[in-house]
Amino acid sequence: MAEKSKGVERPLSPFMIGPYYRPQLTSMSSILTRITGNALIVSTLLVVWWLFAAATSESYFNFANAILTSFVGDVVMTLSALGIWYHFLAGLRHLYFDAGHGMDIPTAEKLGWACIIGSVVLTILTIVIV
Amino acid sequence: MRYLTDRKRAVGKGASGTGTEHHRYMQVSAVGLALIVPTFLYIFGHALGNDYATVQATFARPIPAILTGLVLVFGLKHFNAGFQMMIEDYARGTARKASVIFMTAFTYALMATGLFALAKLAL
Repeated sequence: MAEKSKGVERPLSPFMIGPYYRPQLTSMSSILTRITGNALIVSTLLVVWWLFAAATSESYFNFANAILTSFVGDVVMTLSALGIWYHFLAGLRHLYFDAGHGMDIPTAEKLGWACIIGSVVLTILTIVIV
Repeated sequence: MRYLTDRKRAVGKGASGTGTEHHRYMQVSAVGLALIVPTFLYIFGHALGNDYATVQATFARPIPAILTGLVLVFGLKHFNAGFQMMIEDYARGTARKASVIFMTAFTYALMATGLFALAKLAL
């Protein structure tokens, strides 16, 4: 009871990477899924703002459209596409892992590279097609 | 009258109290999003940078409007569930509870704004 009222100081993630585990492709490609997924809220916010502007008036739309297609806007949208494609491929890899496949180290590392290279290729394809 | 014992009703529910529901939701929404996001990227990419009339005409068509609505709703729900996972890993106590509640509210606000804009454009 005394211990409970004082509270137990348990370690909080990520305490393993660094002091205990050296960074590896598998763990880094996993954390990158989380980073891209959460960063995409910025892209979503911009897209919703752009849609809202299109629903409001022509002048407001032109303003939002100019911001999103400016140099900074282009950089953000390209990074968003890269983030979406990475998250897309890594998410599929996650489903594949969940189903119990590809867990051996050589396959897992190959899948990590597939996510990284695949996302770059798909982003370039997106820029070319769109 | 309950036919199950208290213990049996708790088995498999885990610390969250909802068992594997959260993980299952992420899997289901991930598959759904994987199917619609590429098409959405194509639609949005073509609309972005176009003139006002073209953009209005694009989202007045059924498939772009329906797909964008689906991506907004389920993309944001998927985001919110993923954000909750991240917070549960990295924060605890009040900070954890407050940020999960704040982001849930923010997510739904963003979803409502997007759907309002879409409805106005589509109808």
